[in-house]
Amino acid sequence: MLEKLPTASIGSVNAAERYDWDALVQEDRVHRLIYTDPAIFEAELTNIWGAVWVYLGHDSQIPNNNDFITTKLGLRPIILIRDSAGKIRALFNRCTHRGTTLCRKERGNAHMFTCPYHGWSYLSTGKLRAVPWPDGYACDFKDAKFNVAQVPRVDSYRGFIFGTLNPDAPPLIDYLGGITGPIDEWLDRNPGGKVEVCEANRLKYRGNWKLAYDNSGDGYHVVFSHRSLLEMENRLADEANKGMSYYKGSPDSKAMYMRYTGNGHHFKDKRPNIEKRAGGLWAVEGPAPGSEHIEADFRRRFGARADDILDLAGSEPVNINVFPNLSLLGNHIQVFDPVSVDETDVTWFGTRVVDADGTLGDALGEINALRMRTQEQFPNFGEVDDLANFEEIQRGLACLEDEWVYMHRGLGIPGRIKTDAKGEVTAPATDEAFMREYIHEWKRLMKASPKLVVQREV
Amino acid sequence: MQPARDPSLTSYYVTDTFYRALVASFADWQRDDRAVTDVAERERFRALIEREARLLDQLNFDDWLAMYAPECIYWVPGTPDGGDPRREIAISFDDRRRMEDRIYRLRTGYAWSQAPKSRTVRMVSNVEVFKTASADRRMVRSNFLISEFRPDGIRFLSGWCGHRFVECNGRWDIEVRQVNLIDCDQNLRNPSIVI
Repeated sequence: MLEKLPTASIGSVNAAERYDWDALVQEDRVHRLIYTDPAIFEAELTNIWGAVWVYLGHDSQIPNNNDFITTKLGLRPIILIRDSAGKIRALFNRCTHRGTTLCRKERGNAHMFTCPYHGWSYLSTGKLRAVPWPDGYACDFKDAKFNVAQVPRVDSYRGFIFGTLNPDAPPLIDYLGGITGPIDEWLDRNPGGKVEVCEANRLKYRGNWKLAYDNSGDGYHVVFSHRSLLEMENRLADEANKGMSYYKGSPDSKAMYMRYTGNGHHFKDKRPNIEKRAGGLWAVEGPAPGSEHIEADFRRRFGARADDILDLAGSEPVNINVFPNLSLLGNHIQVFDPVSVDETDVTWFGTRVVDADGTLGDALGEINALRMRTQEQFPNFGEVDDLANFEEIQRGLACLEDEWVYMHRGLGIPGRIKTDAKGEVTAPATDEAFMREYIHEWKRLMKASPKLVVQREV
Repeated sequence: MQPARDPSLTSYYVTDTFYRALVASFADWQRDDRAVTDVAERERFRALIEREARLLDQLNFDDWLAMYAPECIYWVPGTPDGGDPRREIAISFDDRRRMEDRIYRLRTGYAWSQAPKSRTVRMVSNVEVFKTASADRRMVRSNFLISEFRPDGIRFLSGWCGHRFVECNGRWDIEVRQVNLIDCDQNLRNPSIVI
């Protein structure tokens, strides 16, 4: 049994009334303040990072009962735990006594947490277990208010675990809506439709979190921001077709496209640029440590099947962006974490495949090793340049009198952008249509007055 | 020893056997009973490590690469114990070709994370040399502190390195360099220099 309690009942500020959101977010442009104003950032911690389903972690990070990781929901420190009965909970990492964080480890297995400060201890369900010297208290510790606060709604979709503090948010499956199709396809190319998280390339930048989300579906920046990467990965190639080379020339005339699927989510599908055959993906993968050895070895050992296996180390050419903080691209699970109005953590969790149906056999270890090396490429040689550009945007936005940031590529050109019966919007790959769509959803959320709640065991 | 195929162009040496030997050689190597006490030998490796630091500070990547054996690894683990690169993402795990890729990218003029280029000075110290099971290989531990200047200020990167040296034709080449940042498992801002 859980008891629902409203959060922020005292001194909460209603973001909706604070700004003229329609003035800040217009059809073709947004005001610099949405990236620079600490008060807007503070309002986002309620209206976005609390009111919508936020990605918290992956099933494979907490496979067993009492496994936990520590993570965040906005700035709220969270213990994401599979409790003793197997139920996934997102506990506020906060002692109910004095507010101390209960757990300082990044991961582990624990059936209880004891506060290091005064020794209050809690079960993995969040229920208070004991306090030292209880005869010094007149209160009843069975009162639910002494149990750890937790995120009232935690749900997962095919291993991706989300949480929200908003009782009025739609069910997770409805919130995800049309983006589940691309998520399914991203998973199903792996054996058993599964991946496991395996460490990460962890990066950060001095800039607002939305700069990363603006970029997540941006096909316009690729040949400019990533010029050094494209030149690098094609320097030894017979034909300059490695990586994202298909953005060169006239990218809008290519078969790739971007699609906005609603609720802030969008999808860039570059798969139509790749030859649709076994080995098609591997053929355009840039050089990686061990590439030639493993390819030759697999062709000798596995014959025609080698192409299917090698494709598992190829970077899946999609960007699946789930508002506000999850991005599946290549083989990565990328997560955006706001730190402050102008500081953001970007964590590229790597994934490995599992031999779910026994078809990989003794190829498993080697294909995963190669998959690690292909996944290290982009964070090392691509993402660092994007993050440098995000930081330079934040610096540029210090120009107070030059107020507007444009996102109007593709806008107003007849026949360029198509909306289908489901309301999904499809546009050429370099269009900023997805940016306009998601930021209008952001505006809708910022205008709202969500009533967030936490729960406690009773 | 020159390999049969040019490791600058193709990657045939990063095999399962190679990974296994790599992980084994970076486990349990800093043992007092294997420490080299001979001053001249310790001095030899200290000089090599100081030279590498200087070449990197000077962005003299050609001479830096020449300090490495043809089949080599530049490894920056993302886990404090080094981890297993077969099962885990590293911050960087470069073979020779990818080391040359890294340098090539920095020289394109379009590596925005290094525009302008960082200025660095490195201090290396606490150099300890350890014997291995083979006479032509040594493991060397050293600590480093890198001061990195970019237009918005100076920051410090610190940690320790494990070098695996191999003797070839009378000279000692770097076969593997494992760079252990003390904050390797945290989110890092602009890790775009060769560390």
